[in-house]
Amino acid sequence: MLAYVIKRVLAIAASLLVASVLVFAIVQVLPGDVAQMILGRDATPESLAALRRDLGLDQPLPQRYGDWIAGVLRGDFGRAISIPGFPVGALIADRAANSLALAALASLLIVPLAIGLGTLAGLRPNGLFDRIVSVGSMITISLPEFASAIFLIILFAKVFPILPSMSILNARIGLGAQLHLLILPALTLSLISTGYVLRMVRASVIEVATSEQVKVATLTGVSPGRILFQYVLRNALAPAVTIIAMNMGWLIGGLVVVETVFAYPGLGSLLLHAVTQRDVPLIQGAALCSVGAYLVMNLIADLIYLGLNPQLRPA
Amino acid sequence: MGGASVTDVSARPPARVPILLRIAQARGGTAGLILIGFWLTVFLLSLAWTPHDPFAFSLTQKLVAPSADFWLGTDRYGRDVLSRIMAGCREVMLISAGGTALALALGLIVGVTAGFYGRLYDEGMMRLMDILMAFPSLLLALLVVGVLGPGYFNVILVVGAVFAPRIARVARGAVLEVRQKEFVEAALARGDSAGNVMLVEILPNIVGPLGVEVGVRFAYAIFLSASLGFLGLGVQPPSPDWGLMVNEGRELVDVAPWISLAPACAIATLVVGVNLLSEACRRIWAGEA
Repeated sequence: MLAYVIKRVLAIAASLLVASVLVFAIVQVLPGDVAQMILGRDATPESLAALRRDLGLDQPLPQRYGDWIAGVLRGDFGRAISIPGFPVGALIADRAANSLALAALASLLIVPLAIGLGTLAGLRPNGLFDRIVSVGSMITISLPEFASAIFLIILFAKVFPILPSMSILNARIGLGAQLHLLILPALTLSLISTGYVLRMVRASVIEVATSEQVKVATLTGVSPGRILFQYVLRNALAPAVTIIAMNMGWLIGGLVVVETVFAYPGLGSLLLHAVTQRDVPLIQGAALCSVGAYLVMNLIADLIYLGLNPQLRPA
Repeated sequence: MGGASVTDVSARPPARVPILLRIAQARGGTAGLILIGFWLTVFLLSLAWTPHDPFAFSLTQKLVAPSADFWLGTDRYGRDVLSRIMAGCREVMLISAGGTALALALGLIVGVTAGFYGRLYDEGMMRLMDILMAFPSLLLALLVVGVLGPGYFNVILVVGAVFAPRIARVARGAVLEVRQKEFVEAALARGDSAGNVMLVEILPNIVGPLGVEVGVRFAYAIFLSASLGFLGLGVQPPSPDWGLMVNEGRELVDVAPWISLAPACAIATLVVGVNLLSEACRRIWAGEA
């Protein structure tokens, strides 16, 4: 098991290395000159050349990549251009914490909702409840986050004005108020994944409920409640976790949109800001961190999956 | 579900029932056909006619609520929302279809050759696809749009680039299955060129699984291009792109909710329709319906 974890961590390191080359390469193709962007249009050629030398832009590409990656390994992501002087690392850490809070709250909604609804639907396939849940999940997985955000905002901030339609954080407000601000974005973020996970849970509940194992247990007089928890739920959880892991990509992509809709200061909106402002160091840092977060979350989900399925554990 | 098992998914369904009828009989198929039929009608209609000019500003008729004159109201520049939805349908359809077609072309080239030639080439290509898929798709799209800049054709390019690896994966898997069949061996034995074998013998036999994947990707293409539009990285104003319309209506949601509600509903119904349809097709190919 330990060997497996080490192998996976090494694989993540390798993937990150390749991703960093890819991100670096993509960003290098960005049109526009960084020095020109910092100094503005009326900079003299001399000052431009001096700044390029300072930033290391006169170095060959492999050298610049090496310098950047060496800095990243020391925790130094360079300085942002669009927010002059700010270290990229501090900006990312600050925003990533906000995004993490949002993603965590969304996951807290996804897991019980999907498992609860999926199990109830799967216990009586094609019943009324199952049909309602099927239609509902088909709609939630089809809605882009910005569209579902509009529906939720109109419903919960306009028709029933109980939640704020913007989530602009303010250091002075308390934890309760912050949570209040997070509800709508977290709900928006959770809809798509809830739909996918729910379908997966439903399918595996149906499969397990009709399996030989459960039939035998029923015949030998095991109580229905015990069957539900011991066999059905336990077996249905494993695929659900896998789908949650696969949905982390969605969650990270979704963060960009959801944070933009609600003006929430997270990593996603930072990345969008970086791309629209063509802030090269910020794009590189934020993109690399997002990919890293994605890979690590996948690993965590895999480990939970293996924890629930001891028979699949590598020797 | 779980009816007669059809082992060979790539084989054509034997029944000669018209495909539309079969789709209508599958679960959710009728709803899918109705939704897609509706939007295809709107698409065709929008080519010839819209109730008002979707681009014409009107100083006297800003933010008009839905009424007999403007069924879906007007936006902050006095443009008719219904006309813009109709014109936007054109853009959404063309961009998504273009992006999916590009992804299909790229994915087929990589996937079919990888499955056909195998060995190191296959290994290398699939690792490359894995790396591309390690990026969350919106993130990859953000980076690519950052390089190319926003715009109509760039969105098509982005959608094509982001979804090509996924289609390549499916195509390769299907090719590996067909590759073992006698008719492929026979064609190779009688000296047909590799290109010919791929085009004539293999391609027609992977249409089933590929068709379903293309349907799914088309839904995601609508999703992705609209999300890019919403983020301001897709088609630029004054285009009536649905994502962009939602964005423009976002800050006015308190005073004029119809501006963003109408395009949000449009996207929802179109994507639900495509998803229902491809789900129904998947069931038919898998022999479940």
